[in-house]
Order: sequence, then C-alpha cells, then structure tokens
Amino acid sequence: MNKINEVRKPPVATTGIIGWLRINLFFNWTNSLITLFVIYCLYQFIPWILDWTIFSADFKYNYLGEQITNQEMCSRNLDPENGGACWAVIYVRFYQFIYGFYPKVEVWRVNIAYVMLALALLPLLYARLPYRKYFLYFTYIFPVIAYFLLNGGLGFAEVSTNKWGGLLVTLVLGCTGIALAFPIGIMLALGRRSKLPVISMMCTLFIEFIRGVPLITLLFFGMVMLPLFLPEGIDMDGLVRVLVAVTLFQSAYMAEVIRGGLQAIPPGQYEAAKSLGMSYWRMNLLIILPQAIRISIPPIVNTSIGLFKDTTLVIIVGILDLLGIGRGTLADTNWLGLSYEIYFFVSLVFFIFTFGMSRYSLYLEKKLKTGINMGAD
Amino acid sequence: MKKLLSIFAVVAFAFSAHAGTLDDVKNRGFLKCGVTTGLAGFAAPDDSGEWAGLDADMCRAVAVAVFGDRSKVEFITTTGKSRFPTLASGEVDMLARNTTWTISRDVNLGFEFVGVNFYDGQGFMVPSALGVSSATELDGATVCIQTGTTTELNLADFFRLNGISYEALPIETNDEGKENLFAGRCDVYTTDASGLSSTRAAASNPDKWVVLPEIISKEPLGPLVRHGDHQWGDVVRWSLNAMIIAEELGITSENVDAQTSSNVPEVLRLLGVEGNYGEMLELSNDWAYQIIKQIGNYSESYEANVGPDTPLEIARGLNALWTQGGILYAPPFR
Repeated sequence: MNKINEVRKPPVATTGIIGWLRINLFFNWTNSLITLFVIYCLYQFIPWILDWTIFSADFKYNYLGEQITNQEMCSRNLDPENGGACWAVIYVRFYQFIYGFYPKVEVWRVNIAYVMLALALLPLLYARLPYRKYFLYFTYIFPVIAYFLLNGGLGFAEVSTNKWGGLLVTLVLGCTGIALAFPIGIMLALGRRSKLPVISMMCTLFIEFIRGVPLITLLFFGMVMLPLFLPEGIDMDGLVRVLVAVTLFQSAYMAEVIRGGLQAIPPGQYEAAKSLGMSYWRMNLLIILPQAIRISIPPIVNTSIGLFKDTTLVIIVGILDLLGIGRGTLADTNWLGLSYEIYFFVSLVFFIFTFGMSRYSLYLEKKLKTGINMGAD
Repeated sequence: MKKLLSIFAVVAFAFSAHAGTLDDVKNRGFLKCGVTTGLAGFAAPDDSGEWAGLDADMCRAVAVAVFGDRSKVEFITTTGKSRFPTLASGEVDMLARNTTWTISRDVNLGFEFVGVNFYDGQGFMVPSALGVSSATELDGATVCIQTGTTTELNLADFFRLNGISYEALPIETNDEGKENLFAGRCDVYTTDASGLSSTRAAASNPDKWVVLPEIISKEPLGPLVRHGDHQWGDVVRWSLNAMIIAEELGITSENVDAQTSSNVPEVLRLLGVEGNYGEMLELSNDWAYQIIKQIGNYSESYEANVGPDTPLEIARGLNALWTQGGILYAPPFR
C-alpha cells in the first residue's frame, strides 16, 4: 500500500453534528455556559407554552365537553388548576376577526377578493411563474376589481366601509398603503434630487413635513379636521381619509429610502447613460432605478413591515382593524378577561404576515445578489 | 384645543343649520349613532357582530322612535378624542358614548346633553383580603391612578378632605391598572364605578375583589346632540324619557300590548292611544309603544346589559327610579 494515497479523515470532533455542536455551541467555557443556560430556559419555557397553547387549551369545547359560549365556561375559569388558553373566543369571533361587520350574505365577495389578492401577488413574487405576463395584467386590474367587489357597484349591493373590519381593514390599509406609496415615493425621491429648484423644494418640503409629524397626527387630521373643511354634501368616506393619511405617510418614508439607494449609484452610471444620449426618464427607468431599488430592498421591506404594523393606530380614529376587533371582543361581557388569548392571536396573525414579508425580501436579495459591490469604487 | 374645537363646532353648525337633523335622518333612511370602540356593558359588538349595551340600546331606541325599526341604525365607533369632532362635523347624528355631562362640553363645545342614561361616579376597588369596608380606612395605601385625568384630582381632594395620605402609582390605561392591582403592586384601584365593575368581572376570581361604597365624584353619562337643533334634541331626549317613564308605569316589552287597554291616562298617552304626542315630535303616534316593544323600558335595558345578573353586577344604586331610592326621574308625559 502506498502511504501517500491514503486519505486521512478529518478529526471526528471537527465534522458532522459533533463538530457543528463544538464549533457553534461549546467552543469555549463561556459559550458552553451560555448554551446550557439557554437550553435550561427553553426546557422550562417550551413545555409550559405548548401545554398552555395546545395540550390543555380549549378550542371549541371545555373539559366537560360543553361548547363554550362565554368566558365562564372556559376550562381555566371553571377549574383554575388545570386548563390553558381558551381559544373558543377566537373560534366564536373568527368571522369578526377576518371580515369585521361585513354582512354574511355578501361575504363571498370578500373571500373572492382574498383569493384574487393571492393570485395578484403570485406573479410579483415568482418571476418563473408560467404565463406570468397574463397574471401581471390581472395584477394591474386587481385594485379596480377589488374596489367594486368590496365596496359595491356594478350590480353588487353597496357595503359601506363602516361595516368593514378586522383583517379586511388591516389588509386593505396595508396593501393600498404599500402599493401606492411605492410609485409616489419614487417620484418624490427623484423630485428631491431634481436640479429644478421648485420641484426639489416642493418635494423636500412635503417629505420633511410628513416625516416630522407622527402618524397619529396625520390620522387625526384626515379623520377629524378634513370633514370640517370640506363643504357639506361632499362626504368623504372615513376609510378613504385614513387611507390618504397612511399613503402620504408611507410615501414620505419610501422616498427617503429610495433616495438612499439613488445616492449609492456612482456618478459614472449617470454619465454613461447620458453619453448614450438617453433622456432623463429613460436614464432613470432603465439604468438608475433598477440598481437603486435593488440595493434598497432591505429598507423598503423594513418600512413596509413598519407600515403594516402601524395600521393598528387606526383604532384611535374609531376604525376597528384586527386589533380593534380584538379589543371590542374584550369589551363584550361574555368574553371579559381573555386578553392573553386575543392578543396572542392578533400578534400571531401579524407575525405571519410580517415574517412572510421579511422572508420574501431575503429570497429577493439572494436572487438579485444585492450584496455585491456594483462598481462603486 | 377646546377653543379650536368650539370654533369648528360653530363652523360646522353654520354649514349644517339649514336642514333639521330629523329630516336628514328620515331622508337617509337610518340613524348614525356614535358609540365607543368597546366598553363592557355600554357598547360592544356581540358574537354575531351586533352592537349591544346600554348606550347601544339608546341608539336603537332613537332609531325605533324615528323609523319603528330597531335595525335602522348604523353604529360609528369613536374614541375619547374623536367623539366631539365627529359629532360637530355632522358625521353622526348623536353620541351615546358614556360621555360625562359637564358645563364646558354643554356650553363651550356647542353640544346639548339631552339627559342622563347612567349616573356614574369615581369609586375604589380593593382586594377583599385587605379587610377594608370604607375608603376612609385607606390611610397610607398605594393607589393606582390614571394620570392627567379628573380622577386624579378627585382622589387628591378626597384624601385631603378626610385627612389621610396615599401613595400614587401612576398608570396610563385601564388594562395597566388592572394588571397592577391583580399583581399586588397597588392596594387600591380607582376609576369610574362602571369601569371598576368591568375590571372586577375580568378577574379570574371576582369574589377576591370588592368595590367600596364611597363614590367621590359626579359622572352623569348621557346622550348628546349638536347645539341648536331643538327638534332633534327633543326626539332623543324623549326617546330616553319614554324608557324611564315606561319603567315608572310598569310597562315592559312583554306586557306593552296588554297595557294599550289600560285605564291609566298616562299609559294611554305614552303608548299613543290617546293624544297626539307623536305628531308634536313629527314622529308616528306609536313611537313610544315601539320603543318599549322592541327595546324595553329602562330597567329591562339596564338589567340586560349592566345589572346584577350580568358579569358586571352593577347594582341600580343612583340609577334606580326616584321612587325607589335612586335619582332617575323623567318629566311627566302630558
């Protein structure tokens, strides 16, 4: 046997599970201590949380087998010693959490709108979707369809926005705010960097004013002051007023995020585009913005997640979004005191949406390789 | 802010003064009533999404008076901050939103309180283990108190008057007060008595907490409308009064049909069998009959929403009829 051809395996302690454990969890004694401490905490916490949320929890029936219709029938209220979460409140109120006070006979319209929203998002999320072009056409007309579906008109009975609530309001506010703020934000960012003093000053003024004011103040302005200035007869819908405030707020932030991306583009890119004889719009649309938006993906998603969570502030102007429905439920004498269950559920829903957004942005970053240096030297 | 509000109120009033609210409501086909975003016993959505509570009943009573149909009402949720501008701008026709009747709101903000549908007042809640039976025994106690409210001032006055001391634990919201009291970080929680009752009902073991008998402030809660539209104010005022008078006369939603053949003159006047009181209000003559039939008298609404048999367990107390030791009193129906 030739000794030189013999391949020696790496030491056991540096490969496989053991190696990974050693390097990541037990590298030195401080690491080992911290690892043991965390494991102990998880050991204490996880069984308890699993027991509370799942194993001892009531979903529809309590431990006596009765269907739960108020908080007194929850196992944990019948017998404080055993019994975990009382999810029956979510079960009973699920309709309100998802649709608000939307009339039951018309609710199929909301369901269709939810399905269509998913379909409209598909081509935006997956570039390799078959027939993506046709899906994209659908995405463009989706807002119009959704408007008539949800609000009424074109043969659908009208459902006033007063009856909207829960996840429906949260999604309408979040999606419209994010979708509208993006183009407005781009225009504002370009405007602020414009060489024309009037445009640049107006954009700067707008951005600084909106950014300098808390969202609550804008919501109040939209909700309370606007109708006082409008002449009687012009009745602007409450939800629309809030939507306007949310969109203005979000577009100011979006503009600054995109401006950050624009500033990272080396002047050579502008000069190269101009030397090819491109106009201002062609240069921005074809050369500058694709690069600028690509490197701004993390902060764009960041502000979008922020907006999605900020929509809960609309409770202050009396619109019941997902969180508002939760608080309304807590005020029902039948369900007093179930705040843990309700806030847990609401945060779970928000987590699913925001975590989804954040995962998607990671996927985009990987796909577009935003990390690479784009010749900015 | 208040000045600004009153200016807006005047401006809004100037715009809306030309048409009566009653006509607007009739033309629209439904009533727009401002309620809270959720307060146990007063207004909160039930499992089927219908608003229920003492204030919600007040809204429905007015809808019944105008349309004879308890479903002809749209509930607009308002918060403590948005309620007055919402009413001033004409977005709602009335507020029934546990709002305390004060001189500045009545006069300066340009609103008109048309009555009181719940007499509330600041009270104290302590653990029953503390063994205290009166608030005057609370010397040296730690009190959970919402900062920047009238309750804070009332508390200071009460303790000073009784020559006892306390330590304040400032909190921001009702939920915070609840958690602090239940965790034992304060000995006493003070807020409006109705709020204390709902806090107590939310406890895992309500019997461990007692609401002390002392009520140290006046908080008359009632429906309000915009200043200047007296016709509409009258409709709301007498919708409330009709419910109170019905209780005085012993008319309930169950026996109202039998009562139409009563021999008591006031009963016949109230139910529209005699006289033309409905016409005076520009309503149908059986408006009060319909309120009692569809909503019930004051007592029925009280018992169903906040009374001793509900989780809130609020005794009638001040809200009993004047003949039964309370101060609930409606002008005669003639």
